[in-house]
Amino acid sequence: MIEDANRILVLGCKGCTTVCCAGGPKEVQELATLIRMNRKQKGTTVETLEASNELQCEPQSVGPLLEKLADQFDVILSMACGAGVQTIVKSFPDVRVLPALNTNFIGMAEEHGVWTEVCVACGDCLLGRTAGICPMTRCAKQLLNGPCGGSMKGKCEISKDVDCAWQLIIDRLTRLGRLEVLEEIYPVKDWSAGWHRGPQKIVREDLTS
Amino acid sequence: MKSGSNLERILESGQFAVTGECGPPKGSSPKVVQKKGELLKSCCDALNVTDNQTAIVRMSSLAGCVILQGIGLEPVLQMVVRDRNRLALQSDILGAVALGVGNILCLSGDHQKFGNHPTAKGVYDIDSMQFIRMVKTMRDEHRFINGEEISGDVPLYIGAAANPFADPFEFRVTRLAKKANAGADFIQTQGIFDVARFAEWMKMVRDRGLHEKTHILAGLIPIKSVGMARYMRNNVSGLSVPKELVDRMADAKDAKEEGVKICLETIEELKDIEGVHGIHIMAVAWEDIVPRIVEEAGLMPRPVV
Repeated sequence: MIEDANRILVLGCKGCTTVCCAGGPKEVQELATLIRMNRKQKGTTVETLEASNELQCEPQSVGPLLEKLADQFDVILSMACGAGVQTIVKSFPDVRVLPALNTNFIGMAEEHGVWTEVCVACGDCLLGRTAGICPMTRCAKQLLNGPCGGSMKGKCEISKDVDCAWQLIIDRLTRLGRLEVLEEIYPVKDWSAGWHRGPQKIVREDLTS
Repeated sequence: MKSGSNLERILESGQFAVTGECGPPKGSSPKVVQKKGELLKSCCDALNVTDNQTAIVRMSSLAGCVILQGIGLEPVLQMVVRDRNRLALQSDILGAVALGVGNILCLSGDHQKFGNHPTAKGVYDIDSMQFIRMVKTMRDEHRFINGEEISGDVPLYIGAAANPFADPFEFRVTRLAKKANAGADFIQTQGIFDVARFAEWMKMVRDRGLHEKTHILAGLIPIKSVGMARYMRNNVSGLSVPKELVDRMADAKDAKEEGVKICLETIEELKDIEGVHGIHIMAVAWEDIVPRIVEEAGLMPRPVV
């Protein structure tokens, strides 16, 4: 998608993608180098501009930087998440922006270099009833009254590498002496609170002027 | 009577029930269903019609049920929440009742990853527990899950599955209690090869009085070959196939005969366990062995209630 661009701004984000070692200043430098090497091998030239802003999902953060760099690039290769890419799109209607990353999930760092998905942003948090372990994210069938018949030795039926979320929930509730909360049948979920409602918007009256 | 189905009448009159299974074809021919139905007709009180079993697309369960009814058989409509949201489930239930179906088995369904459309989106709008309760509400209160009124009756005898061999073991009985409370009139268990573990589970079931709240039908899978035994032991999640059983099949001169023998021995042991009210035979691709097993288990002729 960038073959026809001769002046590329590789734009990192110092927020989440920096923490995830995917789109911070270090990765910006690496990607820009790779682009230049690739063009050199092909016998063509390219100008790369490297920059990172504080939070690409904040118009106030990305706006001034891009205004300063205006006229120095044909295309922005954003190393932010999908929210960052679209913040630029919204603020700069005439600028061509491309995503450099696939935004995968809301996760936590298990150890250096290992991340796992823990939240699907369903808008109707269950963690208070499931001992802080999310079955929406971590149960392959998103069961609210698990575990299903495929839970074996703590693992999910879909893979021996995937923990059974409900085994984790039961273990933790047992440890906390609160297993009896699972005797009750958890009612059907209100999916309209989350991504099944369509695109969402939050307006905080106290913060808007 | 909740639905007045044959299965309900047999179980509620305290008789030992026998149910079988009929997997619809990967095609559109009713003959396949009819052929399986004819084979099992005289030896089963009702026949489960599977619903895209192991997440492989097949003729719809409801169509299979209607075909079986056409040749005088009583079906159990299996339905999984993997493929339908609450709208589709409720609409199909009303349709099934309109077509004369009297038994339903409420399931989660095997994960789509295991089937022939592994990239499909799993629905899982509601889970099997909520599904059971939804059908009970439809039947007993004439209400949809959203509280709106249903016109007409929804007479269904409600079934659910239980797997005594999955983990965590202790919680399996709690889960059964939840299903009984949700409204399961009968339970069909996972195939039993490890009778000792099943007996241990049944003891816990009796300790909570659940055998009096719901009818438990013990699941059986006749083993045709040592390869099948080995495959189930190593590859099928949620099954417990002891090594001794695999060895026994490997050492047998006639594997099929040995498989029948094992099945009959298991039935005898199951009959002696208090609270077991019947058996559910899942003879996948070996339907023609079922009449012999039921006959030799001393369960013929089937009662007429």
